[in-house]
Amino acid sequence: MDLMIESLPKLLNATKLTIELTLLSLFFGIFVGIFFAILRTGKNKFFYYIAYYYSYILRGTPLLVQVFVIYFGLGQVEWIRESFLWIVLKEPYSCAILAFTLNTGAYSSEIFRSAFDTINEGILEAAKGLGLNKINTFFKIKLPIAIRQSLPAYGNEMILMLKGTSLASTVTLLDLTGVAKHIISTTFRPVEVFIVAGSIYLIMTFIIHNFIKYLEKKYSY
Amino acid sequence: MELLAYGETGWGDELFFATLMTLAVSSAAIIIGFFLAAIFASFKLSKIKTLNLIGSFYTTIFRGVPELLVIYLFFFGGSGAVMYVARIFGYDGYIEVNAFLTGAISIGIISGAYSTEVFRGAVQSIDKGQFEASEVLGIQKKIYYYKIIIPQMLRLALPNISNVWQITLKDTSLISVTGLVEIMRQSYIAAGYTRDPLFFYSFAAVLYLFLTFLSMKLFNKLEQHYNKGY
Amino acid sequence: MIIFKKTILTIFVSLLLTANVFADKIRIGTEGAYPPWNAKNESGKLIGFEIELANILCIYMGAECTLVEQDWDGMIPGLRLKKYDAIMAGMSITEERMKTINFSQGYASDGASLAVMKGSALEGIDTSAINLSNTDSATKKILIDLTTSLAGKTVCVQTATIHQNFLESGLVGKPTVRTYKTQDEVNLDLAAGRCDAGLADILAITDFAEKSGKPVVLTGPVYSGGPFGAGVGVGIRKDDTDLLKRFNEAIDTAREQGKISELAIKWFGFDASM
Repeated sequence: MDLMIESLPKLLNATKLTIELTLLSLFFGIFVGIFFAILRTGKNKFFYYIAYYYSYILRGTPLLVQVFVIYFGLGQVEWIRESFLWIVLKEPYSCAILAFTLNTGAYSSEIFRSAFDTINEGILEAAKGLGLNKINTFFKIKLPIAIRQSLPAYGNEMILMLKGTSLASTVTLLDLTGVAKHIISTTFRPVEVFIVAGSIYLIMTFIIHNFIKYLEKKYSY
Repeated sequence: MELLAYGETGWGDELFFATLMTLAVSSAAIIIGFFLAAIFASFKLSKIKTLNLIGSFYTTIFRGVPELLVIYLFFFGGSGAVMYVARIFGYDGYIEVNAFLTGAISIGIISGAYSTEVFRGAVQSIDKGQFEASEVLGIQKKIYYYKIIIPQMLRLALPNISNVWQITLKDTSLISVTGLVEIMRQSYIAAGYTRDPLFFYSFAAVLYLFLTFLSMKLFNKLEQHYNKGY
Repeated sequence: MIIFKKTILTIFVSLLLTANVFADKIRIGTEGAYPPWNAKNESGKLIGFEIELANILCIYMGAECTLVEQDWDGMIPGLRLKKYDAIMAGMSITEERMKTINFSQGYASDGASLAVMKGSALEGIDTSAINLSNTDSATKKILIDLTTSLAGKTVCVQTATIHQNFLESGLVGKPTVRTYKTQDEVNLDLAAGRCDAGLADILAITDFAEKSGKPVVLTGPVYSGGPFGAGVGVGIRKDDTDLLKRFNEAIDTAREQGKISELAIKWFGFDASM
């Protein structure tokens, strides 16, 4: 019991990193997702296939493999170390965010794509009829509707990303899972640490879940 | 390419066996998950509030907590837990709760949480008429569940089960932290020995894609088969 | 009556024999990822200084030994859970570890040092040896100089090691410490330029330098004592006092027979025996 109380401050401190990783990856991931979703719904075959294979590869391989390829794999390539890419790839922090962003980007692109695809044709025709050009149609009609459609599935993706950040502990980062593991391996008391760390994750999951519910209510039409 | 050669100098054979191991653990895990899902889905569908609650705890916890944490719980705690029970019976030695079991159980419990939701959703989406007709015909609950509801549920659940399988398959990569030699672990060993992480981790990605591809084909075939007559 | 006595005798003798059979199996845990102390060759077989030393000690103890592989971060838990009965994994004897397990006498020791890539700003720091159990002014000065050199730098170490303990002890200020699961990962990131320096056993560093051909150089003093412990010994469970005695006797014999020095020269290139 006292281990649970003792470890709480260390775990809460590490939670900051977890939250940072989650929010940053989701933030950048949205842009990546929208980008590839547009490519997928567009008419250009070449871009369509790029987007298709991007999504296929990043959703068909484990996140752990992606993190390792980016951190350990790219770190061994000589010319990368000499280039400007090294600014990002040198630090495990940015490597992790890069890997997480690419991964959530792929899943998000699927969510947005299906949201774009299911927009009622009638609404798009009405927009054309009103004389709105392509860009306006996109930003003023398609995007808002797609966002609203995506909310439930995207909420799920946010929770998956939160869990995904636990993999940062495999590349030296001391996030919530990393610190939890450290405490477990030095005190040999996994159950207590699991309960505390697990509860922190569940609280964050709960917050995300309710936040999405709130947005759904707010933006319903 | 010589790195992948079969035999003493190449890693081809090690990676081949590692792939089989990945399949073995994933299969074991998903089956464990199905057993758990059958239990907890029925809890969630039951009229007894306490059972509902227990079911919800299970799905919430094991879909909400990171897989690594669950794996560490069983890896560091597993042997200890099993041995604690054994000590009560007087056995004082080391019980090797081996990496395979630890891995299969941890991923199995997580997989089960997802499967529970799939089973529950599938049962709930079966036309209420089926239940009513069975009651009217006087068939007992146990029997009609087994002969009427479950076959239909399996058909409806199939697409989502294919998703759960993908998740389970990819989650097994995390068992590498416990030392079980599946794809990720073997790639880690090879990468360390040859100092060529880029090649081996990329190849690991290829292996997973291959397994994913095969799985999709398999599930498509299964869906076609079970959808006959609809 | 005679038959009765004979039966008792037979049972007694067979119990004695079987008891011996049980008592003679010792499982030894090792990492297999810390050359030249313990490593794996291409076919996955365990090789190294400690593997050969373990076999010799077991011959002296009259026991049958099996080697059990274990990841470093689960090494002590594995011993406590009785996954194996002894640890021979380049584990240094430290006070902190003595809180949970016992150690035999040390059988070999090696100093630790910082390692950097050629051309690093940290290259060329004075390499004289310091023993951190000393608290004289010369040692203190070296530590102060080190604190300045390492300020704001990133040093990479294997997790749960004496090297990590040293860097986090405050004796050299607060450099950024990055911990990795294996020494291999430390080496990879050091060579990739992600670390300003690595801290490890000199033997491990030179092994990496030789095998990889990368321009890794040692810099700074050779550390021993204090948080670096008192040499490498066999880790044994607290209540296994009998096994501890047997290992200590075997190590004495091995030393007298010159076996430890022989193996040390074979694997380390110099006599690192204690």
